[in-house]
This record gives sequence, C-alpha cells and structure tokens, in this order.
Amino acid sequence: MADTPILLREQQYHQIKAVLARLRMDSSAKVVFLVDKDGQEIASQGEVGNLDTTSLASLAAGNVAATGGMAQLIGEKEFPTLSHEGEKDSIHISVVGRLLLMVVFDERSSLGLVKLRSKQVSQQLAAMFEEIAAGDYDDLDSPFAGITDEDIDSLFS
Amino acid sequence: MTFINYASREINCKIVYYGPGLCGKTTNLQYIFDSTAPQARGKLISLATETDRTLFFDFMPLELGTVRGFKTRFHLYTVPGQVFYDASRKLILKGVDGVVFVADSQEERMDANVESLYNLEENLQSQGYDLMKIPYVLQLNKRDLSNIVSADDLAAELQKKGEPVVEAVASTGQGVFDTLKAVAKQVLTELRKG
Repeated sequence: MADTPILLREQQYHQIKAVLARLRMDSSAKVVFLVDKDGQEIASQGEVGNLDTTSLASLAAGNVAATGGMAQLIGEKEFPTLSHEGEKDSIHISVVGRLLLMVVFDERSSLGLVKLRSKQVSQQLAAMFEEIAAGDYDDLDSPFAGITDEDIDSLFS
Repeated sequence: MTFINYASREINCKIVYYGPGLCGKTTNLQYIFDSTAPQARGKLISLATETDRTLFFDFMPLELGTVRGFKTRFHLYTVPGQVFYDASRKLILKGVDGVVFVADSQEERMDANVESLYNLEENLQSQGYDLMKIPYVLQLNKRDLSNIVSADDLAAELQKKGEPVVEAVASTGQGVFDTLKAVAKQVLTELRKG
C-alpha cells in the first residue's frame, strides 16, 4: 500500500530536532538530516548555511531507492547503510524504516564514529515515528479543511 | 505522499511528469523553472546522460504561496521516458500525490504513448496506487508540429477517467502552467477531503 501522509506536530518536530542535535554533537558532524524515503526533508540540524537541503534530500532518497533496487536484484531486502567518501566531506546514510538519517561530516569525525552514533539513535527515531504514524490527529485543524476554490486559484494568480 | 509540518507551517506534495521518451517532460520542468521567480523555486536538478536524455529523474521544488498560513510547496519530478529505464520510473512514483501524463501528439508516437500509459498504470499499481483514484492530468504536447493526431482522437485513445486534457507546446510554454495548475488543484482538493 502507498504510505500515509506524515503529519508532524510542533512538539514532535522539536523532539526530532533535539535528537538530531545530540547526534550531530556526539558524532562531531557538520550537518544531520532526517529525510523521508520519498525525498521530503523532515528536519535538519547543523551548519546548513547555503546548503541546498531540499535538493540534497531528494537526491539522497533517489540514491537509496536506486541502491535498494540493486539490492533486491541480488536477493537482498535493502542496503541499510550507504557511505560516500569525498576528499574533505563525506556522507553517511542509514535507512530507518521509512526514513533516512543522513550525516554530513569532515575530517573532524570518522566514518566509524558516525556509523556508531547513527545506529544508536536509529531505534529512538524509529520509535518516535511509529508513534507519529499511529497518532490521532483529529484535534489538529487541517489547513485545507476549509479551503475554497478561490484560495487554490489565488496560488496561481 | 503529503508531508504537513505544523511547526514550520509547511505542506509538501509530490507531482510526477510521466510519458514516453522525448515527449517533453523535462521541457515542461525547464519552462516552469525559467519562468518562475528565483525566490519561489529551488534548483532544477537534472540527472541526465551526456546527450541530455533523462537518466534517473529531474527534480525541482516550487513554492506556490501560502494557503491558510501554510507554505505550499510542490516537488516536481520527471521520470526517464526510455523503455529500458523502467526500474527507475517505478522508484520515482513512490510517494506521488499527482501525475501528469505528457503525450507526444505526433502520429508516429501514438504507440509509444499507449505503451507508456499502460506502463504508468502498472507501475502505479506496484506502488499501491490506482490511476483511477489519484490526481491526474493528460497533457497533449507538441501541438505546433505538422504531423499530429487531432486532440479529439488523442483524448479518445488516451483519456482514462474524464481527467483534464491540456493542449500544450512545452517548448514555448503554451499550456505548461495550465497543466500544473490542473494537477495542483486536484492534489489540494484531495487534501481538503482529508
């Protein structure tokens, strides 16, 4: 089945940001992202600066999807982690359920440390997202519940 | 798959442009990119071969404005049209909220249109979607060429469920925003339903 939409409450968002901030500190990373497998950026923490995080999120998801497709062709379910090592900066991605945890780091850290710390927070993030997926959102006002055709048209004017 | 963030007050939706090879999917995105103010869009990422054929996908985030205090952002993707990139096409449909099928109006591309549309239905199904239920627009592209099938005949052959049909010349921009508007409207209307 197709995935259900992700609805993120303010408190949940800040909890996720706090987990990412700790991971960033513990792994001495530059930036830490949480991205949905479909390419939507959920949260980021660190030296984002001029980094095009939207494109990065989309490409990370494409990357994981492509390598996941390769995994299945050789009889694996998926490749749970991916690493790309550059001259200065490197990227480590771990698959956490329907999420991707992406860590960008440089020579101040190491792949081993990033792997270890990512693994440590993965379970915590997975549990948080199980709660988010199972949550009751009836109390949240959908911004689209009362939307009119004029509202939609005004987006294109 | 829609993502609504109540903390940053943002809504993100995913729209995929589908269709046979060389039908003008990337040209649609390129036109939208070229005619949108830089502050309303991100980079146009094109994963293409050296001969500019789409290898994996094109991607462009587009911010349409604010609805009820929520920033509305559409992530526009194209798929590679060439038949042998089917594995990639399937992946890109994951989490889709709306689809645009770009048909090539040229007579000799009719079979390719039919094959690609069938492929879309199959690949949507493999991701858990039903073409008959998701927001969908049919664009008849390349209407400026001389060897084209009439719009009525194309619609008779390709229209699936009474979806909006837009005649277009993506290279000049004709019909490009009408297409985007038609699919975006359906996506937002779906959100209204909850």
